[in-house]
Amino acid sequence: MQPILETRNLTKVFHRGSLLARDRIVAVDNVTFSMQRGEVFTLAGESGCGKTTTARMILGFEQPTSGEIIYGKGEERWHPRVWFSQRIQAVFQNPFETFNPLRKVEGYLFETVNHYKLASSKAEVEELIDSKLEAVGLSYGEVAGRYPSEFSGGQLQRISIARSLLVNPSVLIADEPVSMVDASIRMSIVNLFRRLRDELDMGILYITHDLATAYYLGGQIAIMFRGNTMEMGPVQEVLTNPRHPYTQLLRESIPEADPEKKWRGRISIAETEQEEYLREGCKFAGRCPQVMEICKKQVPELVDVDGVQVKCHLYVDRGSVHEEVS
Amino acid sequence: MKQKDVVLRTENLKAHYVLDVPGGQKVVRAVDGVDLQIRRNEIYGIAGESGCGKSTLMKTLYAWINRPLRLVNGSVLYTKDGQEFDVYAVSKQELRRLRWQFIAYVPQGAMSIFNPVVKIKDTYQDFLSSHLRGKTVEEMFDIAKEHIEQLGLPASILEAYPHQLSGGMRQRVAIALAALLRPSVIFADEPTTALDVVVQRGVVQLLKDIQERLHNTIILVTHDMGVHANVTDRLAIMYAGRVIEEAATVEIFKKPLHPYTQFLINSLPQFGDTGERVSAPGQPPSLANLPSGCAFHPRCPKAMPICKQKVPESIVMGEHRVACWLHAEGGEAEHAANS
Repeated sequence: MQPILETRNLTKVFHRGSLLARDRIVAVDNVTFSMQRGEVFTLAGESGCGKTTTARMILGFEQPTSGEIIYGKGEERWHPRVWFSQRIQAVFQNPFETFNPLRKVEGYLFETVNHYKLASSKAEVEELIDSKLEAVGLSYGEVAGRYPSEFSGGQLQRISIARSLLVNPSVLIADEPVSMVDASIRMSIVNLFRRLRDELDMGILYITHDLATAYYLGGQIAIMFRGNTMEMGPVQEVLTNPRHPYTQLLRESIPEADPEKKWRGRISIAETEQEEYLREGCKFAGRCPQVMEICKKQVPELVDVDGVQVKCHLYVDRGSVHEEVS
Repeated sequence: MKQKDVVLRTENLKAHYVLDVPGGQKVVRAVDGVDLQIRRNEIYGIAGESGCGKSTLMKTLYAWINRPLRLVNGSVLYTKDGQEFDVYAVSKQELRRLRWQFIAYVPQGAMSIFNPVVKIKDTYQDFLSSHLRGKTVEEMFDIAKEHIEQLGLPASILEAYPHQLSGGMRQRVAIALAALLRPSVIFADEPTTALDVVVQRGVVQLLKDIQERLHNTIILVTHDMGVHANVTDRLAIMYAGRVIEEAATVEIFKKPLHPYTQFLINSLPQFGDTGERVSAPGQPPSLANLPSGCAFHPRCPKAMPICKQKVPESIVMGEHRVACWLHAEGGEAEHAANS
């Protein structure tokens, strides 16, 4: 099947410090993935893992240092912005920052319709807006004439999703869409993504640190750490049988809402992020419980283990997986 | 429960924000009749979504009330050395002494409290010199170093500037600072929010270590039910300024009684189960304009006529407390008759 969105060896390098003593920080390091229509692709990881930078490059906010982003059939390498933004839309993390507090919320919806010339008469515009708001469980009557402060975070996030739906995009990029939303209504937003995927056959790039909702949405997942894809594959397989030691740590660290499954064991935390970005070899070597000598010197290759791609020296000799010494 | 186990007690505590608006006053009922009995040597959790009043409750318990917030009713009673006293009745000097030595507070976003232009050790010194008299700079440095090491944090952080540490490390240093004078009660307001999962686990680990070391009381406020499941011994659920349910954490997760708690717990996605999860319908109410009766009734699928009229009292069933008409005498029968 033809992927709807693909990245090939996507890399972004940031420099910091003065001209003479510059640190080279590889925020996104050779990230390659592809996503299909009607599928959720999750980019998961902690802050500073490069997941948002990846999204910003896909959206064109940031120029990749190297690598390619291919949309659809990909005959053309460069597309005008309007062409592009009619196919890929985004929903951001903080709904209170998405909207200008001094502007009426409906203004954003009208502006989008006008910008893409989606309707010709006022009645048509309102009808279109109403239909998209209905798709997210709201109506034009509830939104008309109101300011962002009159809505809750969950409602604003829905309006933000409705706005992105106006152009009928085939890909929706959702950057931490539920992390600022109240617990009691969080699942209604996640359920909305499930519906968009099933009913509109949209591809959803779901960027999150919340692995439980990623599991709930299904599809594919890429676990990122300090710019690298550590493990990539079907979400159920990756989270049920995590192979990479980092995925294992991440999976274990999620507080499960079950008082009988408490955390056991202790963990160590890096003092600074920079220390890990600048590390040679595997970026996780400093905290890995199964670290070997080779890990500190050489970056592991991404290898295929039973349909899951893993970037770890433990799995480099395919099939001969190291026995865990405990 | 034995009275002597209780370290903090409130009765019908009310704290409202009173705002002057054109044409009168606007009252935001952030804490609206809270009864608590928090014991020695436990981690007590307070859960609830944003705008339910949990941070205001923290401030009220810590006697940190500034206008427009006003204490409207009730008192906050602490027990220190067998003596119960009202924290709002003590003098300013006494309150100053109590703070950090008896009660400590880790505010929300504590990782950004550090002065960015001085080293962590200077912050520690500043803190120690205002609470411990007659110590030399070296002695204070030794105390800080010993304390940091006891909690399993690297002593090298004392020589670092705040920006050189990761967010998770700064958060842990801030919590360690609050525990420095071995307080009997520590309030921690959303200490794990905005942190990554692995870092979050480190912070929780530190809180548990402190509690085990000092055998004190930690009052942990967070909206994250997963964190509550992991660390707290007892748990209170807040909704619209009130505690609507309270029980042992295991009990709440196993047998939630209030319909809101049921939604909150049943909507959490679990690994190994992709079955549909449903959140509570509607939106949380505004604290300035609460619905009549039970504040949850407009969102409650089991609402009965009485829920609109009268605020439910807390019904005590052993260690489990719930404020819901369904569990009042004859409540279930009435619900069955109505539906």
